[in-house]
Amino acid sequence: MKYLTEYRDPVLAKKVLQEIKTTVTQPWKIMEICGGQTHSLVKNGILSVLPKEITMIHGPGCPVCVTPLHLIDKAIYLAEEKEVILCSFGDMLRVPGSQKSLLEAKANGADVRILYSPLEAVSIAEKNPDKEVVFFAVGFETTAPSNALSVLHAEKLGLKNYSILTSHVLVPPAIAALMEDEESQIDGLLAAGHVCSIMGYWEYFPLVEKYNIPIVITGFEPLDILQGILMTVKQLEAGEARVENQYTRMVKEKGNKSAQDIISQVFATGDQMWRGIGTIPGSGYQLNKEYEHFDADKKFQIQIEKVPENEKCIAGLIMKGIKKPFECSQFGKLCTPQNPLGAPMVSSEGACAAYYNFQSMIKEI
Amino acid sequence: MSQSKSLFQLQCPMPKFDFDIITLAHGSGGLLTNKLLESGVFDLLQNKELDKHHDGAVLEFNGKVAFSTDSFVVSPIFFPGGDIGDLAINGTVNDVAMCGGIPQYLSLGFIIEEGLPMKEFWDILVSIKYAAAKAGVKIVTGDTKVVDKGKGDKIFINTTGIGKLHPKANIDIHNIIEGDKLIVSDNIATHGTAILSVREGLEFETSIESDTRGLGHITQKVLDKFGTDIHLFRDPTRGGVAATLNEIATEKNLGIVLQDQDLPIDSQVTAACEILGLDPLYSANEGIFMAFVSAEIADAVVELLHTFDESKNAAIIGEVVDDHHQKVLITNPMGGKRVVHMPIGEQLPRIC
Repeated sequence: MKYLTEYRDPVLAKKVLQEIKTTVTQPWKIMEICGGQTHSLVKNGILSVLPKEITMIHGPGCPVCVTPLHLIDKAIYLAEEKEVILCSFGDMLRVPGSQKSLLEAKANGADVRILYSPLEAVSIAEKNPDKEVVFFAVGFETTAPSNALSVLHAEKLGLKNYSILTSHVLVPPAIAALMEDEESQIDGLLAAGHVCSIMGYWEYFPLVEKYNIPIVITGFEPLDILQGILMTVKQLEAGEARVENQYTRMVKEKGNKSAQDIISQVFATGDQMWRGIGTIPGSGYQLNKEYEHFDADKKFQIQIEKVPENEKCIAGLIMKGIKKPFECSQFGKLCTPQNPLGAPMVSSEGACAAYYNFQSMIKEI
Repeated sequence: MSQSKSLFQLQCPMPKFDFDIITLAHGSGGLLTNKLLESGVFDLLQNKELDKHHDGAVLEFNGKVAFSTDSFVVSPIFFPGGDIGDLAINGTVNDVAMCGGIPQYLSLGFIIEEGLPMKEFWDILVSIKYAAAKAGVKIVTGDTKVVDKGKGDKIFINTTGIGKLHPKANIDIHNIIEGDKLIVSDNIATHGTAILSVREGLEFETSIESDTRGLGHITQKVLDKFGTDIHLFRDPTRGGVAATLNEIATEKNLGIVLQDQDLPIDSQVTAACEILGLDPLYSANEGIFMAFVSAEIADAVVELLHTFDESKNAAIIGEVVDDHHQKVLITNPMGGKRVVHMPIGEQLPRIC
């Protein structure tokens, strides 16, 4: 397939892999920020071919994993108690809330619908004027423009029955928080290509300077990832720390101006709670004053008890790269993709699920 | 829609019914039930067994028979390339064929939700007639029930199929041995992707059509030529290739290795799966089968399959190994490996 097969060329991939092997001389820990990259690492079996000196740490860029437990409980509350039509991206449905997941709420009769685009939720609201429709707007900078657009579209249509439950997280503040963590052991970063296609990478220059760490904006195909790793390793071996852009076919330094304008029209930056990690200052988008009547949390004045996370789950330590999933006492025992204790075991992008898939192989082969 | 199917629809104009929709009375066993059957179902599907209008059919068999049942609850009921009607026929025909059977007779049970437009019911019946004729099976008995609005999802269909066993067939999971080659009869993931493309909230423009089709005529030819060298047939329907192979690897306590580059997939299906973040290995199929065969005959089986339009993309996709027991692995040309796990539930599109 055009623009995909070229980036999956096994001959080229082997060449890059060989270059990584000849370049690396000592152990390096490289974090891929984005869950999409984790997914690709696993799907393409890249973890099984990397030289042993390179350890990939699966970062917090899995939107499903970092959406707070309390917010999932709120979504379930809206669907069950307020009888709204709760629309969501597919992989949010299996994530465990404190009592149940949205999938279980759906099985109990709640009207939970899987959508691919938030604009579809607006059209559901248009078709169901007597029902409240809520879109569970989660994700990174990548999904923010389309979620913002749904709000603008609903306003243009004069819809009073549409709102969004937001948990929008931002990458650069999360990188800063990770680097500030004393236990952090990250030597280099693969930044999330699609986030940067929206936001650009100008925000990374001060991070590179402050934390003296190479950041390489990286795509998602096997060749992208291998090349991103190679660029990072080359910098590390040379004792450099620069921002480099591997994903040049998609990412410009300033990003996508139109998408950024839509985001800033609807959202304001504020502190954000990350599941398993905690609150990171300035790391989230909330609806701004002008559009707060589209905020489902305020509209329904949701007051439900905040339930603490399952204390057996060490998701936060894993997403910060401090512990490996198999260092968790519950990993593969009480916690499996069939019965996840925490979110990273749910999505194929989550670090624990990624390890579960990969680890079960390397243990026995 | 294929040309021959539309021809059938032209030849089968809908008779005049008193109602435009199915009502509870159509399932009551009274006058309306009779009318629906007499001027609808019986007329359309007629054969000498069904024409007796008895509670069941009397069939004659000598020797072993293959027997299978399946229920169909697909939503939406009409989708690109088919509908719940031909799906219900082909699905059970294929289940019988996978046992090494020659599909001959089917039962047909409807559970209809009150309010289903009569036209839709008729279109489904026409599809059933067409699919049964194409597969060479007779519908010899059936049942129709109507449930209250809200107690169903338009229409559910159950079919049960029976047919004599192919004289050369010895299909059994225990015949699989190390070194067996795994063949897939045509492109994978087509049906699941076609259904997804019209599901509310996920619609995308594509010309992908479901692969629903009967496979009995192909499996018979394969058995005619290769007999007991065919160790196992399976159709990877729900859960796709991944679920079926995991079941086999676990049951037989052996390992299966697939080669990523050998999987036949339509490029549009690949693109749709990329966009939605889905893995084609987990996507449903309704018109392909997998065969575990002796290594020596694998190429010849593929050659034979290539002579049928329905299996023109057949390929050897993997083999059975005495290693990593109960696990299915996939390798790629880069040398990368990963485990293909048993799916947990329905695949859900990823966020980004």
